[in-house]
Amino acid sequence: MDIPLLEMRNITKEFPGVKALDNVSFRVTKGEIHCLVGENGAGKSTLMKVLSGVYPFGNYEGDILFNGEEQHFRHISDSEKAGIAIIYQELALIPELTVYENILLGHEIKNGFVVDWNETIKQAGIMLQKVKLDINPAAKIIELGIGKQQLVEIAKALSKDVKLLILDEPTSALNEKDSENLLQLLRDLKHQGVTSIMISHKLKEVISIADTVTVLRDGKTICTLSKKAGEVSENALIKNMVGREINNIYPPKKHIPTKDVILEVKNWNARNPALGRDILKDVNFKLNRGEIIGLAGLIGSGRTELALSIFGNPDNYQIKGELYLNGKQRKFNHPRDAIDSGVSYVSEDRKGDGLIMIQDVKQNISLANLKELASQGLVVDNNAEIKIANKYKTELNIKTPTVEQKVSNLSGGNQQKVCLGKWLFVKPNVLILDEPTRGIDVGAKFEIYTIMRELVRQGMSIIMISSELPEVLGMSDRIYIVASGRIAGELSAQEATQEKIMHLATN
Amino acid sequence: MGFFGTARKLMQQNIREYGMYIALFVIMIIFTITTNGTFISSRNIVNLVNQTGYIAVLAIGMTLIIIIRHIDLSVGFLAGFLGAIAALGMADSNVIAAGMNLPVYVVIPMTLTLGILAGLITAFLVAQMQIPSFVASLAGWLIYRGAILVVTEATGTIIINDDTFNAIGNGFIPDIPDIGILPGIHKLTLILGVVAIILMIFNEINDRKKKQTYNFETLPTEMFAIKLIFISAIIGAVTWVLAGYRGLSWTAVVVLAVTLIYHFVMSQTVLGRHIYAIGGNPDAAELSGISVKRLIYVVFGSMGMLSALSGILFASRLQSATTTAGTLFELDAIAAAYVGGVSAAGGVGKVIGSIIGALVMTSLTSGMNLMGIGISYQYMVRGAVLAAAVIFDVATRNTGK
Ligand SMILES: Nc1ncnc2c1ncn2[C@@H]1O[C@H](COP(=O)(O)OP(=O)(O)OP(=O)(O)O)[C@@H](O)[C@H]1O
Ligand SMILES: [Mg+2]
Repeated sequence: MDIPLLEMRNITKEFPGVKALDNVSFRVTKGEIHCLVGENGAGKSTLMKVLSGVYPFGNYEGDILFNGEEQHFRHISDSEKAGIAIIYQELALIPELTVYENILLGHEIKNGFVVDWNETIKQAGIMLQKVKLDINPAAKIIELGIGKQQLVEIAKALSKDVKLLILDEPTSALNEKDSENLLQLLRDLKHQGVTSIMISHKLKEVISIADTVTVLRDGKTICTLSKKAGEVSENALIKNMVGREINNIYPPKKHIPTKDVILEVKNWNARNPALGRDILKDVNFKLNRGEIIGLAGLIGSGRTELALSIFGNPDNYQIKGELYLNGKQRKFNHPRDAIDSGVSYVSEDRKGDGLIMIQDVKQNISLANLKELASQGLVVDNNAEIKIANKYKTELNIKTPTVEQKVSNLSGGNQQKVCLGKWLFVKPNVLILDEPTRGIDVGAKFEIYTIMRELVRQGMSIIMISSELPEVLGMSDRIYIVASGRIAGELSAQEATQEKIMHLATN
Repeated sequence: MGFFGTARKLMQQNIREYGMYIALFVIMIIFTITTNGTFISSRNIVNLVNQTGYIAVLAIGMTLIIIIRHIDLSVGFLAGFLGAIAALGMADSNVIAAGMNLPVYVVIPMTLTLGILAGLITAFLVAQMQIPSFVASLAGWLIYRGAILVVTEATGTIIINDDTFNAIGNGFIPDIPDIGILPGIHKLTLILGVVAIILMIFNEINDRKKKQTYNFETLPTEMFAIKLIFISAIIGAVTWVLAGYRGLSWTAVVVLAVTLIYHFVMSQTVLGRHIYAIGGNPDAAELSGISVKRLIYVVFGSMGMLSALSGILFASRLQSATTTAGTLFELDAIAAAYVGGVSAAGGVGKVIGSIIGALVMTSLTSGMNLMGIGISYQYMVRGAVLAAAVIFDVATRNTGK
């Protein structure tokens, strides 16, 4: 029972200045869950795009055998016909359409020439049940959190007749519970005969779900490990991915935070007039200089909204409450005010709110602080800009041939690093990081954690919003748990455990 | 990499940008052949430049508008209306009841200010009231159309008698006193051309030196030299052609000045970067501390001012304000911007591109007029060129960098 469903042989794919795939071979057995891991920019997404026809036949070198036949996919629809469904790293839903419209987009259920909406809604409901998502199919995508959107994506893929389901970092935006749901879903699908390929940077998940793991590094296949043979372990994965061992992914604390409060929020309430409901209720918290506080909680608990309401309130919530910075009461009417006062916010949604995809790396890094690069704040010094961009490229180890590369051409994790570089260049006193390591490989995570430690040592203070509990536990000095727009509890690093946090977050 | 290798790489990387220049060049060659050289005569080129003027300034403003993902349909009739206001401002109240007897030095700033105000009103509707710019400016289109009719109701066409004002659309810069050499050639124009070449070379060398101090990649020396010679040759040739008739027209001076200022702002300043940023991703720009609303005011305000300028250029050229002034200017400006490479998706576009686009479109009109092609076919040809330009743009978008 070791029949190959998919065989990719000697695949090579080049972009100007980058050899993204270099003679990669990749083999997936029927009925297995096959995980694909590797550092940011290793070529995982590219390999899947070659497979699904995003990069059409002729655009790469090598052969693809699917179901025993050689395939020349020229378009995604070709691979879909063959039974391959792919869910991209960057969600591809249409925000203004409803859930059911999105699920059946591209293969609408028709009654003659017209769409049969009743049947569509019914089918969509069934798909939603399959992914255990309890929402109204008539809700608009834009109203859903990013976690629920991910599940809708999967429902959409399932609505087609799939033999091979490809998921590019499906859980990167999900919390533990939703992730576990999703993994269970993949196991169920496996029993129904669906083979899956999953790309993930969450090694614990990989270890728990994979039958086989293939590791890519620098566009080359490093090895294929089998669970049955007992080859899959965290150490083995890290070593093959990064090329060296990392013993403790959370670097130890080097200093003790001060007791002087730099930021304080009192009786903070916010209402979203667009949705017509209260999103934050009586929030109180403090941040000390040189401290990392973690905001834990479920997706949709209001952590991002809390960050945005502090960071100049770009979504125009109605806010009541007091905000103190360095002991002085402040009111930020625009992100600009917050930035000028030394508060920065790195968005969780890098494509939507973080980056300008059509611009290059240097323009993105300099955007929030162009004034520093301009004489009298007016004329931008282009050379200084390149120099700064190169500085962050080196410091953050951003993988790109030049800083003149468009960010849309970078791998997901490297895009995230560009976001981080952009906000470090602003040199804030208070840095709010919203899911800072989403989609980032272990090596780079370690680098980012190390940078965070170094920043607080220099006196910066960090608010880290994270749905990854190990990260919250590993990095925070103190932890606030947010649930339904309230602070449900506060734990010191010593007393916090995953169980305590989950208990507070779900009650 | 050898010389030709580098040349090919440069060509590939910049095909989108060079494409426009090549298109303009090809169109000019074709018309020069089909009109037995009349097209390229000094007189026709000077005319061409003056005809392009009032569309070119609108195209520049429209480029910024489209970059920030908006549109302004009101600019044509706004130009026409403000042209009429300018005419009334200068008119003698003994001849026309509404005349204001104002001197030209008051009328021009006044008209430009009114233009800015009009732009700010559109901006208010777009930024504050959240009305789509298409609708807000369509309302403006109707209102200004009506306003022109109201203003010109009593007299029909308003004749402008002010020589200074009329010189903007018809006059030429003065020449230095005759010193006996190069008879029939406009010497000040030549001198300005030479100065422009020197400044350009100086600027490029300076830029290159700065890059080298940072150890950044620069063009290989021979490539750099060829580039300088090439640009110098173009400036030289244009200057020579213009100098052969009556020299640089005031319209050309105005358009050049506006082009240089806007090009500088868009490519070198923080403001320009912010405009591109909000076009590229307004949400990300807002979170980067850039006020999208404020920039909508800036960009629409600038559009209003340029509409006023366009109205002044046009009225001055006709030496009168007419009831139909401004008709279809907005569409010509939008077409010029698209031919010049702006993207409807926002965030992409260059001021110089739109000027070339405007030149392409006027060259087509001028050339076809000289060939005696009927107006009906002219529309079709221009439509086809617009479509072809955008197809080329889309097709090359992904191959560039
Ligand atoms: N369209 C493109 N143009 C140029 N380079 C590209 C393009 N797409 C990807 N690359 C480059 O190819 C390499 C592989 O990218 P890919 O997206 O496959 O990485 P990945 O393994 O999926 O990384 P991540 O874990 O960060 O998502 C990267 O160096 C990336 O910069
Ligand atoms: Mg990827």
